[in-house]
Amino acid sequence: MTAKKGKGKIISKIIIGIALVLSIYPVIWLILSSFKTTQEFSLLPSYSLPQGLYLDNYISAWTSGNMGVYFKNSIICTLGSLILIVVVALPASFALTKMKWKGKNFFNKYFMMGLMIPIQVALIPIFQIYKNLNLLNSHIGLILVYTVFGLSMTILMFTGFFESFPNEMLEAAVIDGCSIYGCLTKMVVPLMGNSIVTVLTLQFLTSWNDLLFSQTLISETAKKTVQTGLVMFSGAHGQVDWGPMFASMAIGVLPTLGLYLFLSKFMIQGMTAGAVKG
Amino acid sequence: MNRVLSNKKALALFTLPAILLFTVFAVVPIIWSLFYSFFSGMPGVNFEFCGLENFINLFTDSELHASLMLNVKYVAVVVIGQVFIGFALAMLINYAVKRGKNFVRVCMFIPVVLPSVAVGQLFQKIYAIAPQYGLLNALLDIVGLKFLITAWIGDVSTAVGALCAMDIWKGVGLYCLIFYSAIIDLPGDVVESAKIDGASSFRIIRSIQMPLLKPIFRMAFIFSITGCIKVYDSAVSLTKGGPGTTTYMPTMYMFDEAFTYGNFGYGSAIALIILVECVLLTSIVGMIFKERG
Repeated sequence: MTAKKGKGKIISKIIIGIALVLSIYPVIWLILSSFKTTQEFSLLPSYSLPQGLYLDNYISAWTSGNMGVYFKNSIICTLGSLILIVVVALPASFALTKMKWKGKNFFNKYFMMGLMIPIQVALIPIFQIYKNLNLLNSHIGLILVYTVFGLSMTILMFTGFFESFPNEMLEAAVIDGCSIYGCLTKMVVPLMGNSIVTVLTLQFLTSWNDLLFSQTLISETAKKTVQTGLVMFSGAHGQVDWGPMFASMAIGVLPTLGLYLFLSKFMIQGMTAGAVKG
Repeated sequence: MNRVLSNKKALALFTLPAILLFTVFAVVPIIWSLFYSFFSGMPGVNFEFCGLENFINLFTDSELHASLMLNVKYVAVVVIGQVFIGFALAMLINYAVKRGKNFVRVCMFIPVVLPSVAVGQLFQKIYAIAPQYGLLNALLDIVGLKFLITAWIGDVSTAVGALCAMDIWKGVGLYCLIFYSAIIDLPGDVVESAKIDGASSFRIIRSIQMPLLKPIFRMAFIFSITGCIKVYDSAVSLTKGGPGTTTYMPTMYMFDEAFTYGNFGYGSAIALIILVECVLLTSIVGMIFKERG
């Protein structure tokens, strides 16, 4: 019995080991390949390690590949939506759980509709609205849609937090003469650091990883984001010129990866909870 | 207390920005889309009311049907792959890993957070055959499986499989961790007493843990299905729909109709089909799990 059990455990461990290698190796391969020279690509098999830190790939991706511009645009749009979503969703979620008003139930459901609707359904009219409002090819335009389409999930997360927030604390603060604004800024916000970080990491992924919106709403090269840039780049030079292609991919992946390695707990928690609730 | 918590001014300040943004950029466009689907052409250029023409076209458009069939196949393969491999891995981790659980979790989840576009590009290189062998073909070459070397995404017979494999790779970590945290939360005493009664591990999984995890399965299926129906980024960046239209998904068809050919009305009609597909499959999953529950 125990021998059999031991064997089962070993086999399981081997399978998990293989799964781990499969999960990480392509990513490591991506990073390593971004340091290879053209000769290394054509002469050595593609699994071989780079022979040195050849940085020219990054330089040519960043300058002639335009990744520098795309990177800046992505950063602006992502940061913009991170700020906007907290500013908009946090007070709204507070009102949706703790305040007393008639439309509370209705608006809770109203926002949750957003979890069901595929972005594609709204895409064509958004394009049309943006055309009329002159929001095409603008950072503000992307920031707005990223925020709006992250709103349902964010409100879901924040209301979840507020529901477990003790009413007694609010009451005590109000009796001590604290205004509603004071309650929110001085008492609630400082206590919800974790939820805010979780929301921010999720929103970062939504914005940074987006392709559909930036492809639809941005046509000027100078305003494109990293992901659209990547699609273009692969068509233009990427088929033959592997070095700069790998460097551009690395530029697209590293911010996400870096953030993940620091905040993996929050990202995992946010994404799994988001799936379970949604 | 009540006076403070029903302060009208504060309420407006707190909720109006969110309500306005959500209404203008999400709810209105969705309704608008429905309205568009009764028109042909492009607004401002040759926009005309055409009644049900777009919807009639939906039924006769063989390119769309091929695309929808492809999508159904893709959904079936990827959903089953993501959910069941995810579940199996979660079970194995729970069973065999004692130390380093956190390390395993963090690693498994890496593909999930990566941008699908970059992943698509990366797999283009993994599957590549020219100008040099990509990772997969190079590895096949060295282990002596030369006869398997092929243009994975350039060949009609392997392109869909290659796309499915990539999306399973990217998504499986999410389902693994969803199941894993659910398994940990299961009441331990039931499993313990079954063990004492001499039930085998397999029996415990099948008769105790799987039934208890039913709600998680239901949710995982729904999440995975709606995600797969909406597939766009990964197909665009891996194959651009090719070779030919082998991997041409409905979302790509809709995008091209609207933004390449300027048929906003027909594009909107296709978008509605995608929505209907999501709602339909979600409710089917809901029904299956309810009946057996």
